[in-house]
Amino acid sequence: MKFVDEYRNAEITRKYVAAIARITTRPWKIMEICGGQTHSIVKYGIDKLLPPEITLIHGPGCPVCVTSVDLIDKAIALAANPEVIFCSFGDMLRIPGSHSQDLLSVKAGGGDVRIVYSPLDAIKIAQQNPERQVVFFAVGFETTVPTTAMAVYRASQLGIDNFSLLVAHVLVPPAMELILAAPNNCVDGFLAAGHVCTVTGYQEYQAIAQKYHTPIVVTGFEPVDILQGIYMCLKQLETGRVEVENQYARSVSYEGNQTAQRLISEVFETVPRQWRGIGTIETSGLRLQNEYSKFDALNRFRFKDTTVQETTDCISGAILQGIKKPHQCQAFGKHCTPEHPLGAPMVSSEGACAAYYRYRQLVS
Amino acid sequence: MSDRQFNLSCPIPLQRYPQILMAHGGGGKLMQQLIQLFLTAFGTADTIQHDAVTLQLAGNQIAFTTDSYVVKPLFFPGGDIGSLAVNGTVNDLAMAGARPLYLSASFILEEGLSIATLWQVVQSMQQAAVQAGVQIVTGDTKVVDRGKGDGIFINTTGVGIIEHQQKIAPQSVQPGDLILLNGDLARHGMAIMAVREGLEFETTIESDSAPLADLVLELIAAEIKIHCLRDLTRGGLASVLNEIAVAARVGIEIDESLMPIREDVRGACEILGFDPLYVANEGRLVAFIPQQDRDRALKIMRSHFPYNAAIIGQVVEDRNFLVTLKSQIGSKRIVDLLSGEQLPRIC
Repeated sequence: MKFVDEYRNAEITRKYVAAIARITTRPWKIMEICGGQTHSIVKYGIDKLLPPEITLIHGPGCPVCVTSVDLIDKAIALAANPEVIFCSFGDMLRIPGSHSQDLLSVKAGGGDVRIVYSPLDAIKIAQQNPERQVVFFAVGFETTVPTTAMAVYRASQLGIDNFSLLVAHVLVPPAMELILAAPNNCVDGFLAAGHVCTVTGYQEYQAIAQKYHTPIVVTGFEPVDILQGIYMCLKQLETGRVEVENQYARSVSYEGNQTAQRLISEVFETVPRQWRGIGTIETSGLRLQNEYSKFDALNRFRFKDTTVQETTDCISGAILQGIKKPHQCQAFGKHCTPEHPLGAPMVSSEGACAAYYRYRQLVS
Repeated sequence: MSDRQFNLSCPIPLQRYPQILMAHGGGGKLMQQLIQLFLTAFGTADTIQHDAVTLQLAGNQIAFTTDSYVVKPLFFPGGDIGSLAVNGTVNDLAMAGARPLYLSASFILEEGLSIATLWQVVQSMQQAAVQAGVQIVTGDTKVVDRGKGDGIFINTTGVGIIEHQQKIAPQSVQPGDLILLNGDLARHGMAIMAVREGLEFETTIESDSAPLADLVLELIAAEIKIHCLRDLTRGGLASVLNEIAVAARVGIEIDESLMPIREDVRGACEILGFDPLYVANEGRLVAFIPQQDRDRALKIMRSHFPYNAAIIGQVVEDRNFLVTLKSQIGSKRIVDLLSGEQLPRIC
């Protein structure tokens, strides 16, 4: 298949693996920021093809995994409300909230929970069900924000009053900064998330690279993309260069998608956001601008005021920051499995723990 | 009351899912847990988990199986609920090496269903029965209130006769066996998804729904040593191979580059974030065959399914009973059972 096979080609893969081995002279730790990349790395065993000096660290780039327990609990409460049709991307449905309940259980209990592929589908559902409230669970990094913004914009234009959003959108650069600024930071270089940069471009990354003296390579998701990204990053590290480079040029431009960016800033503003397992990161979340705040489910519905505790057995914070690997967790594969996840990285197929469990549970 | 009845306890841990989820029907680990619930109540020490049970009845060995069919939409490219209900049960009998003979057909109809639609389904069942060489000889009908069913639910139960001495079951699988697959993967599941989600591609993806009994009977007639057969329905190839690896206490190695998958099906899977190894098929089987019969078996398979019948892997010794896949780029990974259904990924 075009645009897929050439990036999964065994011959080209071997060439990059050899080239990486050739230029590596000492240990380096490279973090891939995006869960889609983690999934590919573990699925194809890319880390096992690399020389032992290179460690890949799986970053916090799964938006499903980092959605706070508080927001999951709110989603569960909304989905259980008989007035509401709750629309969500598929992989949010198995994320456990604070009482280990998930949206699938709410659906089984009679909640009207629907899997959609785009927030615009939720708009359609709202138009078809004018007597019901339709809530879309807006999850994702910058990649999915434009479609959410478009849905709100459309709802506003069409005067659709029974549509609202539970916004859990998160932004990548603040999380990268948090990791790099941490006193125990061990990341030497970054692979930035290709699809995020398709929307945002990579201008913003220049300052981060320079401030923390860390090379960043915008990278795609197929095996050859990832190996080429690693190769480009290593070349910088080995020669002492610090730049932002673009491996994923077939999709990403320096400026990004400016139409999408304009729409995002029209509809959303940045706010502090809590990341599951990590804590609150300043300016890392999005909230609807005042003009669109009537579409915010937090304003439209009443929620019980509760503070939730994250489970202590789960070391997801250390895993999402790259300090520990999934199999170094006591609970991994024992009382934490995809059927009974203790923490979010075990739930989404893009979560580091789930990827490890699925593709190499017994392979050390 | 016997001790056994006293000791019955629900094997599904209630604290996680106290209700039935859609995922309990998805062919993954949750469904395995659900099967344990039934096994605890109905199973005996010599219960073998297979597509059909074989029974000794007054001198004849017969195979016996039952299956229920719920599908939305009722009609889809390449088939409908009627042909599916016949082929599915016929195929389960064939997987036990039986010649399918008789089927029952029970219908649960939703109030308001059009008679014309019912007639179309029934005609389709009749044609499928003729094609598979079985007779539908008994049945039942119930009607439920509007909103309590999805148009039509069908249950078919099948009986077939076993006319050979081979033991076709997971327990016969041995290290060294080759795994033969009769055609391209993942078409049924993606055909249904494409219709249900309104996805349009340049070509129409048609279900692979087909009867498999003729192929199996010819393999048996040619005295091919068949160690095990399994049709690849819910949960797809990956789930079937995992079940057999555990039941036969062996490892299984497959090769990604040998997997026949049509371009349009691959494209649809890429878009939705599905792994074709876990997507349902309705006319596909894997046969576990010793090395010496490979060429003859493949030839017979290709005479029934000319396109893409292939050897996709082999059975190895492995104390962990893992299914492993050699990827396109040459690395190796585990192909695990999914927990429940495959859920479309976010990005």
